[in-house]
Amino acid sequence: MAKSKAKAANLNLDAYEIIEHEYDVVVVGAGGAGLRATLGAAQAGLRTACISKVFPTRSHTVAAQGGVAASLGNMSPDNWKWHMYDTVKGSDWLGDQDAIEYLCRNAPKAVYELEHFGVPFSRTEDGKIYQRPFGGMMQNFGEGPEAQRTCAAADRTGHAMLHTLYGQSLRYDAEFFIEYFAIDLIMEDGECKGVVCINMDDGKIHVFRSHVAMMATGGYGRTFFSCTSAHTCTGDGNAMVLRAGLGLQDMEFVQFHPTGIYGAGCLITEGSRGEGGILINSEGERFMERYAPSAKDLASRDVVSRAMTIEIREGRGVGPDKDHIYLHLDHLDPALLAERLPGISESAKIFAGVDVNKEPIPVLPTVHYNMGGIPTNYHGEVINPTKDDANAIVPGLMAIGEAACVSVHGANRLGSNSLIDLVVFGRAAGMRAGETIKPNTPHAPLKEAGHEYALGRLDHARFKKGEFTTAEMRLRMQKTMQTNCAVFRDGPILEEGVKLINEIWQDASEISVTDKSLIWNSDLLECLEFDNLISQAVVTMEGANNRKESRGGHAREDFPDRNDKQWMKHTFVTTDDVKKKVKISYRPVHDFTMTDEIDYIKPKKRVY
Amino acid sequence: MVELALPNNSVLKGGKDWAQAEAAGNYKSFKVYRWNPDDGKNPSLDTYHVDLDTCGPMVLDAIIKIKSEIDPTLTFRRSCREGICGSCAMNIDGTNTLACTKAIADVKGEVKIYPLPHLEVIKDLVPDLTNFYAQHASIEPWLKTTTVEPEKEWLQSPKERAKLDGLYECILCACCATSCPSYWWNGDRYLGPAILLQSYRWLIDSRDEATGERLDDLEDPFRLYRCHTIMNCAKACPKGLNPAKAIASIKQMMVERKY
Repeated sequence: MAKSKAKAANLNLDAYEIIEHEYDVVVVGAGGAGLRATLGAAQAGLRTACISKVFPTRSHTVAAQGGVAASLGNMSPDNWKWHMYDTVKGSDWLGDQDAIEYLCRNAPKAVYELEHFGVPFSRTEDGKIYQRPFGGMMQNFGEGPEAQRTCAAADRTGHAMLHTLYGQSLRYDAEFFIEYFAIDLIMEDGECKGVVCINMDDGKIHVFRSHVAMMATGGYGRTFFSCTSAHTCTGDGNAMVLRAGLGLQDMEFVQFHPTGIYGAGCLITEGSRGEGGILINSEGERFMERYAPSAKDLASRDVVSRAMTIEIREGRGVGPDKDHIYLHLDHLDPALLAERLPGISESAKIFAGVDVNKEPIPVLPTVHYNMGGIPTNYHGEVINPTKDDANAIVPGLMAIGEAACVSVHGANRLGSNSLIDLVVFGRAAGMRAGETIKPNTPHAPLKEAGHEYALGRLDHARFKKGEFTTAEMRLRMQKTMQTNCAVFRDGPILEEGVKLINEIWQDASEISVTDKSLIWNSDLLECLEFDNLISQAVVTMEGANNRKESRGGHAREDFPDRNDKQWMKHTFVTTDDVKKKVKISYRPVHDFTMTDEIDYIKPKKRVY
Repeated sequence: MVELALPNNSVLKGGKDWAQAEAAGNYKSFKVYRWNPDDGKNPSLDTYHVDLDTCGPMVLDAIIKIKSEIDPTLTFRRSCREGICGSCAMNIDGTNTLACTKAIADVKGEVKIYPLPHLEVIKDLVPDLTNFYAQHASIEPWLKTTTVEPEKEWLQSPKERAKLDGLYECILCACCATSCPSYWWNGDRYLGPAILLQSYRWLIDSRDEATGERLDDLEDPFRLYRCHTIMNCAKACPKGLNPAKAIASIKQMMVERKY
């Protein structure tokens, strides 16, 4: 790390008050994964802090709608092995099958635990958890019929889970640091020693020492112009990991959700199609029957998003500009809409002016989820491959939730597999911390001040006199990603994208922040967030340009087929923050399962 | 008449008009409360002029546009922009609501924006919600059971589950609490509509086994009984919930358990 940079630039770091803390575990992020890990670590008797830039119930888990996948079998025959098969197939064989086995085996236990915590799941007539069909979820190892596997609290499942997890976490002795913004990791000799944060309320710098720091910072959807993600989804943990000299994995895999509201980008759950909604083009045709004869509108998200894009491109889009598609729910029973889909009925009214009982919702594929992230094993430990060991771990650092790439979602995540990912791996990480750390173990002193690098960056951003504003730089980045790294990607457009996004990365050092205050300086924090976003945008674009095949969410027009021989491997990317260079290498996909109870699922053609 | 003195630094004084050389466009004025904790001055009302032809439909779109293009120092909370996270609660056109779901077109004339009322202001539109959150934690918002947990889920009939509708959807935005005159006066001791709605959400959950304990905790002249059915809460709630009704139901439970 460029520690000397701050010194060399002669920044006035003494102007900041530094407060030091010592914890066993420091969790960064208080969404579903962060809260589950926080309460798990606290339960294990570890001194635990949870840091979040927003109050926990404002985290983006709150916006998840459709549900959480687990093979409870309440409404159709089901089996964790079928769930595993679907997830492997959904991942287009880029997921690590040991991790996917861990996810699917532990899913039912995790959902029952949520229910015991108090999540207000919708119910079946006999009082069990209600489960709905979701894209790509089948019975009998993909043979069908569809499995009703997605456990739902109406269409507000994420909200119900997040509020419940927050309530639970108050039972335990964890300490929350709310509206604290994490700036950087403290690294020493390849180990993570803690996290440096700023308290947004008063601008004081807090140095948290930890035996384990857990990144639960979510995705980076805001690199794109149109996304379902919140303004706060800036992938801060991913960027901190890159700056620490570590790598990210499979960043080219970005999921477009088929049904973002046209214009506003707000999410309309896949559960709307699970409950019977259908997509219609300008000719009144239910076109998904052509693209996915068996699963139809409930094919995997990448498949549906591509089909919609093709329909629009071939002139069958709806609206005056023929640039979107209609989602019809108006043939469904109003009572069902009121009971199962009240939230999206409200969203459609507010953001599209549509009464779902009478009219279709205008929708468009919209950036929704990042399959890539910080590489981990299924305990949540961060991986930094060495020459001899592709699975070598980084001591003191873990990652969970959307920030992590375990990888259970591979090249394409199935709907409702993210909420289960949060709780299964949030729980796993808490347990792992409990196994590996002895409570209240003393911290060895750091060799040099841990906060200098982070504080140097903060101070630099605060006083730099550059020619651009954060907002204009962010817009340039978002438009570039939207244009050059979309649902369909093509060689020349990606080449251009790489050039443009690297130019923006260069210009990023020429930003001026207007607000110089230390109290709630959102101008400064948005600048730091942009700095986080741009490095992720660069590695996403570079990764997409580099991967010369089509797999899951990464569809190349110039390489339309999956190429297992050359490309069944994880992209592993690191950056040089000073020279602004990207380095790509690879990790093998795990071609083994966790136990003998299920065999490795061999690759085949992915048809829905 | 009781004479009340307003605290220092609470009176609005002046404000900057961020007039721009207006090109042709469809401009609307936004008057926004500003308070900078660093300069010790009184708060002011700044005026911004936003071209609606290049702005999204919601008030949040306008204030983001102001921050992006006119004045980067304007400070406010925001996150999901779709009415589910509760971050951007503020007082718009005289009513507490979410900036992200409040359409600009629904405001006649200039749009006046203030922070949520009767809270300490940290900066501009960012109020201090510490007390609100502490009150939420004080009702112990988690499922309490004493019966041995089943291996699978607790059973709950659809009818029992339906009792949670209209309660669990609360997003803790504090629009209701900060619109309640009773909470303005006694916010330190009265739990207020949002927290009592949450309280009732656990009281009425068929799985919860701590009803008595929860009611004991509310049996106090202030925590529960400061609701005077003014109903501002129900009017303000951007999610269409009715905290006053939940409070009435708690009071009813209090009476019923005595007889």
